[in-house]
Amino acid sequence: MLQRTIGPLVFALAALFASLAQAFDLTEIAPGVFAHQGQTALMSRDNFGDIANLGAIVGETAIAVIDTGGSRAEGEAFVAALQQRSAKPIRYIVNTHVHPDHIFGNIAFRGTGAVFVGHKNLPRALAVRGPHYLASFRETMGALVDEVVLIPPSLTVESETTLDLGGRKIVLKAWRTAHSDADLTVLDLQSGTLFAGDLLFLRHVPIVDGSLLGFLAVVDELRAIPAVRVVPGHGPAVAPWPQALDAQKAYLDHLTRDLRADIAKGATLAESVKTAGRREEPNWLLFEDYHTRNATAGFAELEWEAP
Amino acid sequence: MRAWTASLQARHRLDRSEREGARSLRRPAATAVAALFLLAGAALAEEPKIDPWPGLVADIFHDRAIKTHEGVVTLDAPKRAEDAAIVPMTISLLEPGLRAATLVIDENPMPMAAAFSFGEGAGVQKIETRVRVNSYTNVHVVGETADGALHSVVKFVKASGGCSAPAIKDQDEAAANLGKMKFREFTTANPARREAQIMIRHPNSSGMQMDPITRAYIPAHYVDKIEVRQGDALIFSMEGGISLSEDPSFRFVYAPNGAKTIRVEAHDNRGGVFKGEWPIGGAS
Repeated sequence: MLQRTIGPLVFALAALFASLAQAFDLTEIAPGVFAHQGQTALMSRDNFGDIANLGAIVGETAIAVIDTGGSRAEGEAFVAALQQRSAKPIRYIVNTHVHPDHIFGNIAFRGTGAVFVGHKNLPRALAVRGPHYLASFRETMGALVDEVVLIPPSLTVESETTLDLGGRKIVLKAWRTAHSDADLTVLDLQSGTLFAGDLLFLRHVPIVDGSLLGFLAVVDELRAIPAVRVVPGHGPAVAPWPQALDAQKAYLDHLTRDLRADIAKGATLAESVKTAGRREEPNWLLFEDYHTRNATAGFAELEWEAP
Repeated sequence: MRAWTASLQARHRLDRSEREGARSLRRPAATAVAALFLLAGAALAEEPKIDPWPGLVADIFHDRAIKTHEGVVTLDAPKRAEDAAIVPMTISLLEPGLRAATLVIDENPMPMAAAFSFGEGAGVQKIETRVRVNSYTNVHVVGETADGALHSVVKFVKASGGCSAPAIKDQDEAAANLGKMKFREFTTANPARREAQIMIRHPNSSGMQMDPITRAYIPAHYVDKIEVRQGDALIFSMEGGISLSEDPSFRFVYAPNGAKTIRVEAHDNRGGVFKGEWPIGGAS
């Protein structure tokens, strides 16, 4: 009986593999520029960690990939989808920062021989946080975490680096501590497309895992980038530039203003985080999952400004 | 569910039944079915957790008897560690003349977060600090009364979700500002008590991780002792470790003794000594 069921199962599997690449949505948002939209959700077994936006830029001789997804399975689906769009070799894997939803898929790209690229602080961030991520994501990702191997960058960006994909140059910029302490953006000069990583959130509440004041300052500096469209780290796959920055800027401003007022009044951290920035709630998804955390980190940071 | 995740979900389920089927081919079908159920069960079941607390009682409190009740100390902790690196903990000391209070994060790699000792007559009623919480954990506070008896309370704290890690936020800034201190005072309703806060810039880092490029282990670097005095009289001292948050902070309520200054001396595990002195009475 079992033998009889296995035959069809194998057929079904083969069909599924073939359909996998098509099923992984990858949209050409500008000639030779692709973006994948992650779900606005927390990483889980059910979504295979597919919560971050990913991208790829195809030059005349090579492809650069921007972030690899939240699991090996997602990374493999991404590779398969990409190979259907272009036969050119994948030469660079750019990680925009250290968070698991952007780097857990790296392992799926190791076989391509591509060079892994990141912020100068990324190796250190991986060392300090990697083991914790592998342990803590077991809770929600289960055995998917067993397939993850953390791959640090072999090419790091100190301040700015230009990569040539053959007739197409992309500019990688390393930022000061903002969303995290290893934020990197990618600008495709040809199409004017900016891959902002998690320096830009849309709809998904922003996350402050570096510095609230740094994030605010970087938002203003980002505005000067001559792009026409942006792929945010979370939210819609593509958005108009620089208007896409406005909602996030308002969120960070509100939170900062409320925290400063509470600190001046002598409120404790535990008291302040219950109310600071709460009026932003209707504007964002996943607010309950991240907002109090942002307020907590922001309070501890801004407290040092108080007289 | 997205199309690609739906197909992957199906693939994983098929993988599993195929593996199971192949392994069971030479066995009776009933065994195979039983094995399938076992496999599903094993995947769902959590590994049994061992409560570290009895071991911690032995290590930290040398197996002394500890009474569990809320009459001597209480602990305010959030239900969930929102930011794993900065979790506020407020200890209230209900009984006057308490000698010591120890804060333990049971499941952390270095559970003993802070052991506070109080100066005689310092009248400390409350002390708020911030800790790192690595995973789902019980947090204990053990108070020691003047007669040497131990009294504990416990709170359960859920681990933070998402990409929050009990790690330092900005390592370069932490190194640049190492040892900088800040003193704040707050108005209190009770004129017989004052409320103040001491903050120290310090990475308070656990070390232990390997730098993937240099292959060298990052050494631990943390504040291991602080003494806070009004004039020469001790308000409290603290012995701590890597479970305290970066930039350790202590906000406390105490009984003023008429001294003109607050004096703080902190030490770290690498021999760093940090001192500060501030006039009392900036606020109110």
